[in-house]
Amino acid sequence: MNHQLRDFLRSPLAIVSLTMLLGLVVLAAIGPVVWRDAADATNTDAMFAPVSAEHWFGADALGRDVLARVMVATRLSLVMALVATAVGALAGIVLGALPALGGKRIQRFASAVINMGLAFPVLLVAMLVVILLGTSKQTAVIALAITMVPSFARLAQTLSARVGGSEYLAAARLLGISPLRQFTRYVLPNIAEPIVVNVTLSIGAGLLALSSLSFLGVGVQAPEYDWGRLLNDGFDQVYTSPMAAIGPGLVIVLAGLAFGIFGEAVASSLRSKSGASIVRVDALGEPPRAVPDDADDSNAASAAAPSTPQPHTPEVLLDVCGLTVAFPSAAGWRTPVKDVSFRICAGEIVGLVGESGSGKSVTAMAIAGLADPSAVVSARRLTFRGQDLLSLSERQKRLVLSDMGVVFQDSLTALNPAMRVGAQLAEIPRIQQGKGHADSASAAVAALAGVEIADPERRAKQFPHEFSGGMRQRALIAMAEMSEPALLIADEPTTALDVTVQHAVLSLLRRECAQRGQAALVISHDIAVLGQLCQRIIVMYRGEIVEDFDTALLRTPQDLRHPYARALVESVPDMNTDKSVPLATISETMFGGEAA
Amino acid sequence: MTVSLEVGGLGNSAQAPDNGRHVAHSVWWSFFIRRVGRMIITLLVVVTVAFVVLRLSGGDPVRAALGPTAAPEIVEQRRDQLGLNDPILVQYFSYLWGVLHGDFGVSLITGRSVGDIVVSRLPATLALSFISFFVVLVVSIPLGMLVAVRTLGGKRRGEEMVFAGVTGFFSSVPDYLLGVMLVVVFSITLKLLPVAGNDSAAAFVLPVAALSLASACSLARLARIEALNTLRDDYVRTARGKRLPNRRIYLAHVLPNMLTAVLTVGGTLLAAMVTGSVLVEQVFNWPGMGTAFVQAITTKDYGIVQGLAIVYAAIVLLVNLVVDIVIALIDRRSTLLESS
Repeated sequence: MNHQLRDFLRSPLAIVSLTMLLGLVVLAAIGPVVWRDAADATNTDAMFAPVSAEHWFGADALGRDVLARVMVATRLSLVMALVATAVGALAGIVLGALPALGGKRIQRFASAVINMGLAFPVLLVAMLVVILLGTSKQTAVIALAITMVPSFARLAQTLSARVGGSEYLAAARLLGISPLRQFTRYVLPNIAEPIVVNVTLSIGAGLLALSSLSFLGVGVQAPEYDWGRLLNDGFDQVYTSPMAAIGPGLVIVLAGLAFGIFGEAVASSLRSKSGASIVRVDALGEPPRAVPDDADDSNAASAAAPSTPQPHTPEVLLDVCGLTVAFPSAAGWRTPVKDVSFRICAGEIVGLVGESGSGKSVTAMAIAGLADPSAVVSARRLTFRGQDLLSLSERQKRLVLSDMGVVFQDSLTALNPAMRVGAQLAEIPRIQQGKGHADSASAAVAALAGVEIADPERRAKQFPHEFSGGMRQRALIAMAEMSEPALLIADEPTTALDVTVQHAVLSLLRRECAQRGQAALVISHDIAVLGQLCQRIIVMYRGEIVEDFDTALLRTPQDLRHPYARALVESVPDMNTDKSVPLATISETMFGGEAA
Repeated sequence: MTVSLEVGGLGNSAQAPDNGRHVAHSVWWSFFIRRVGRMIITLLVVVTVAFVVLRLSGGDPVRAALGPTAAPEIVEQRRDQLGLNDPILVQYFSYLWGVLHGDFGVSLITGRSVGDIVVSRLPATLALSFISFFVVLVVSIPLGMLVAVRTLGGKRRGEEMVFAGVTGFFSSVPDYLLGVMLVVVFSITLKLLPVAGNDSAAAFVLPVAALSLASACSLARLARIEALNTLRDDYVRTARGKRLPNRRIYLAHVLPNMLTAVLTVGGTLLAAMVTGSVLVEQVFNWPGMGTAFVQAITTKDYGIVQGLAIVYAAIVLLVNLVVDIVIALIDRRSTLLESS
């Protein structure tokens, strides 16, 4: 048996729904045979009999046992739903998928027809069919099938448009493969899975719809009966024996649910195949946390101390000691940040550099209290302005952290697309400092003007998508500066920008920090950028800090202790780089053993 | 031999991505006009199909309505009255003309105009549907958001399972069935609420509950998923970075951005609720269009059936139109504006 199918059959949803479906099929097969006599036996003594050991669902107007009738009705109800879905799905798929083989005009026309069909109210279709064909079970099946056509057609259309534009179908056309073969060999297999899910869900919905038609009196006609008909009959005696209505109702719900759960199970198994599996956190055990105090503080202390002493010892603004961040993943706990320690003093601009995946952004976000909700953040010590961030309540933490501004990477997604830029800035003074609307709005305009955005009044009223990339990044800086924080954390503020705009943004950052006497932690993968901006640079590699040095050392890389940091600094080309030899690169093997 | 021709039709599905998302007023108006035009065409097709179907239906509708025992003179007289003896095109245009003037036909049995039925019964139907829709929105969106926030990042798995189970179950209980069960429990067994009519506020409770529960459950599921997706978006982290209170983050940053998807589905639910009200009205003997509709079906009065079906269709189409316009207004970069 194939692996995926076995996994699917083990999922609880699949087990439950398959058991229910199996029960339905068995009932449909044996129901009319076993219970036919009991269902048709009239008994004048038992007319409208209430629930009893003999009649679990009571008895109807002719004293017939309702439970037996429900059992017998299983076959008709199920067969009608299956036939309607089969006809509807087939017609819909042909109508939706075939035009993918034709030209643009055919596709447009088919699309217009499908749109029209989707706009047609289901009830109207059903009633028109009833007017045309009279009330009967065939009418109900045909009406249901017709109402299913447009949605299946739309699904097949979207799916096959994807296939129709694909390279392999183009190749098949060039090879002169016949349209029929194109359809059966290339189009159908690629649209099969989502359609299977939809067919399952439609059978369940069809069961419910058919029963409602019978309940209305336009479906199955007496003396025949399906579940809806029984519900209709039962509803007439709802005051005397309510179970005669509730019984069939429950069976309808359960049957609909069986198909619904099965469809969900298939869909979620398809989703998990595409890689979006859900990690069960509780099954992973305890997350890795910060090494406790007594382990060895000497190592942390040496990493925490800057390699060159400051001329005078200013106030320590941020103190990070033994920061560890863990994420749950399918393979167990992942720790992108391991035992990281450093300090930032007031007014100091520090760079944090490392390749992608080195943990620099995760470190910064964990410090700023903005780590992903699934992350487990721990540290031996994490203080900002002398306040212990780990022990504060949510509310206190928000207050303390309002003195730490964050400039985010990727300015397009970092701004709310549904809110005007000015409003996004103005909400900071308005909510945090309780200023009035007008004051906050003018503060926002002033902030935009402060980061050299021209025509700030007009710009403040625009949405983020109306800004250029450089302007959005400036707006983000202005936003972070709104509360005049003591520490600015900038996460790759220039990555998404071209070189000239990069320069402008960097000098803006430098100017802002200098003017306000602010400290900053600037994250980048570009050590050259940090060299222009920072007084100190911290190098991260595979989740750990491997070097923490004064920017002056960039000129003498041989003095750096860690080979990765040395290689990183040496790989930056400058005016004296020999152009005849290839640029220096860093290979995994150089220090893989040491870092791992 | 036709290879070159087929290749010619190749580039069809490759559509140029929209360049520049600046939405000018003209774009909005052209969307509006296109969308209204589409609705009018659909409505015209609906009316035409309804007309053709009634003419095609086997035998004489008047005979069917009046029954086999009616005297031939009466049948003939009623046919004359209804204009059924005119040429078919004349009938079609006079029918269209009538529909345009709010004349949706007459009862084949009593001769009472469908317009009268609509005027007297539409308010009850609309009250039921729109109150139910309001309940759906007010319950499902906050509930979905709340569960999303509480189960963010794989927390509170038990709560998530209970939510998924309960909403999954109730979203697959059909409204009329729920109505029957509510009647049995609350009206017959507990005798708490009235079983029929709409003459008191209490009388609204069960019909509204029956009509809204399934929709509220399925919309709450969607709202939870949309809220989870939105909570993962970068601008929500930006809002947290601004140290805004959670309530502000959820209301000003998460809600507007999840609303497009929720309202799109909500619109189809509202349309479904308008037609679903037919059955619920039947269960609660609600004095709306639905009960008249069902009665007409049972008595085979296809004049009323056709007229009311058109009215229902018009309501559904109108609801869809309004929802599309509201979404285009909320979502400035809505794809609706660019392609529809």
